[in-house]
Amino acid sequence: MNDKILQISNPVLSIIDLSISYGEDKYAVKNVSADVKRNAITAIMGPSGCGKSTLLRAINRMHELYPNIHTKGEIKLNEESIYDMSTTKLRRKIGMVFQRPNPFPTMSIYENVIAGYSLNGSKLKKSEKDEIVESSLTDVGLLDEVKDSLNKKGNFLSGGQQQRLCIARTLAFKPDVILMDEPTSALDPLSTAKIEDLLVELKAHYSIILVTHNMSQAARISDNAMFMYLGELVEYDKTKKMFTNPKDSRTEGYLTGKFG
Amino acid sequence: MQSPQLSMQLAKSLFVNTHRSMNKRKALIDEKDNSNWRERKSKLFFGTVVVLATLTISPILLIVYELLAKGLKQINFDFFFKVAPDTLQAMTAVRNGEIIPGGIANGITGTLLMVVVASVIAIPVSLLIGIFLYENQGKKYASLIRGLTDILQGVPSVVLGLIAYIWIVQGVTKGFSALAGSVALAIMMLPLIIRSTEETMKMIPISIKEAGAALGVPYHKIILKVMIPSGFSGLMTGILLSISRVLGETAPLMLTTLGSTTVNFNIVKPTSAVPLQIWEFYNNPNMIDLVWSSSLFLMAFVLTLNIIAKRISMKFS
Repeated sequence: MNDKILQISNPVLSIIDLSISYGEDKYAVKNVSADVKRNAITAIMGPSGCGKSTLLRAINRMHELYPNIHTKGEIKLNEESIYDMSTTKLRRKIGMVFQRPNPFPTMSIYENVIAGYSLNGSKLKKSEKDEIVESSLTDVGLLDEVKDSLNKKGNFLSGGQQQRLCIARTLAFKPDVILMDEPTSALDPLSTAKIEDLLVELKAHYSIILVTHNMSQAARISDNAMFMYLGELVEYDKTKKMFTNPKDSRTEGYLTGKFG
Repeated sequence: MQSPQLSMQLAKSLFVNTHRSMNKRKALIDEKDNSNWRERKSKLFFGTVVVLATLTISPILLIVYELLAKGLKQINFDFFFKVAPDTLQAMTAVRNGEIIPGGIANGITGTLLMVVVASVIAIPVSLLIGIFLYENQGKKYASLIRGLTDILQGVPSVVLGLIAYIWIVQGVTKGFSALAGSVALAIMMLPLIIRSTEETMKMIPISIKEAGAALGVPYHKIILKVMIPSGFSGLMTGILLSISRVLGETAPLMLTTLGSTTVNFNIVKPTSAVPLQIWEFYNNPNMIDLVWSSSLFLMAFVLTLNIIAKRISMKFS
């Protein structure tokens, strides 16, 4: 057993020997095995091109949108293989927040929050919709800021507010896992701080996997951290442990700024 | 390591040298002091551009002036709501120095009918093809379709009229019909909407599509409920421009719908259209005034559509 990989009991998500290649033999992710802790923030760090986004997108099978991608291995969500579920069902259990805020431009704030339901054709009563919108917006701390403009388009919101709206849209489904692909890299420091506080609050109810380019962000808010390099999972440990006492020389090199 | 003395020397020589070469350059510029000539050249260029620009737009202004001057007097209530007069009525009116009675109601209704039917045929098909091309960038089959679309755009409209004549007039309606005209116009609209759809889709950030996918929305719903509404203005602009493009088509209609002296809403019967009427009026020496007013109407109609298209694309961009 690899002592550089953290062992976790009762994980929410298990990645088992996962390899992803573009084309025939260009591997973006190589033989990655890792368990993800429930109700915690797990950060995935690494220099650009190390495969961290590809790994994240494999978890809700978003990478299948693009052609010529081959996936080997297994990912289990609560002991159930994600490849046995329809993508529709899977992506309701594993939500995703993107690098740039991407609210639907044609929809109002209210419609954006329940977009996951309305676009899937779920018929909800007005009262049910109101409840979902209210609780989701409360969870992301946006309700007070937008309660008078729920029927306006999301464009007038600031970048940070838009990103929180996107998180609310994901929370509307009450997913088990939320994937975040550098959610603050397009935001100013104040909005970033707000989102980070939000993530720490959210981990009481959700398991969060956070891809980040920003080492200090990982150090600030994550419980566990993975370090990826050239498609390999080099080291996976409790964040504090990894930052104070990395086991692998490559992790140390990255954390001390020798490369990346 | 350099000694401080050495680096001082180096700096000094560098400074002196730079200073010298700057003086030299200054002298060169002074020698060729032709700023006056350069300014004149610039003015000459500007003047030429203004003259050529004026020349370019003058035909448009002249056309508008000509149509207004000759066509405006025929524009009245009857012009929009009555069918075209017969030769005798027109001749009598011209002889008495009155304005020609009747109007182009049969043409307006026929044009609207055919444009609506052509749109019903062309819009869904070309939107789907446009989306297909966008979704399959770089694939062989899509490139083939794109190439064929370009070729279709280059086919002369009269040829499309001939094809519609063989397919629809001879094959389906067994006689001249609005349907045949609509098919010819629809084929003309296809390449225009296909390309504008593809271009519009390319403008929509991919993140919007991913947002839909990440919510577990099935592919067809992402297209219908996310992509098409997001690109609505672009799609609408393309559709309106393609309609305004076929509104004035005459040749394919001559071969397919023939024309009609009455208002007709039956798509398997011969039908009139504004451009067809212009041609008919032109061939009748007593109805020359109606040529101008019909042309004025057609141009105003096309211009309005173009302006609306531009407004829509500006409002949403």
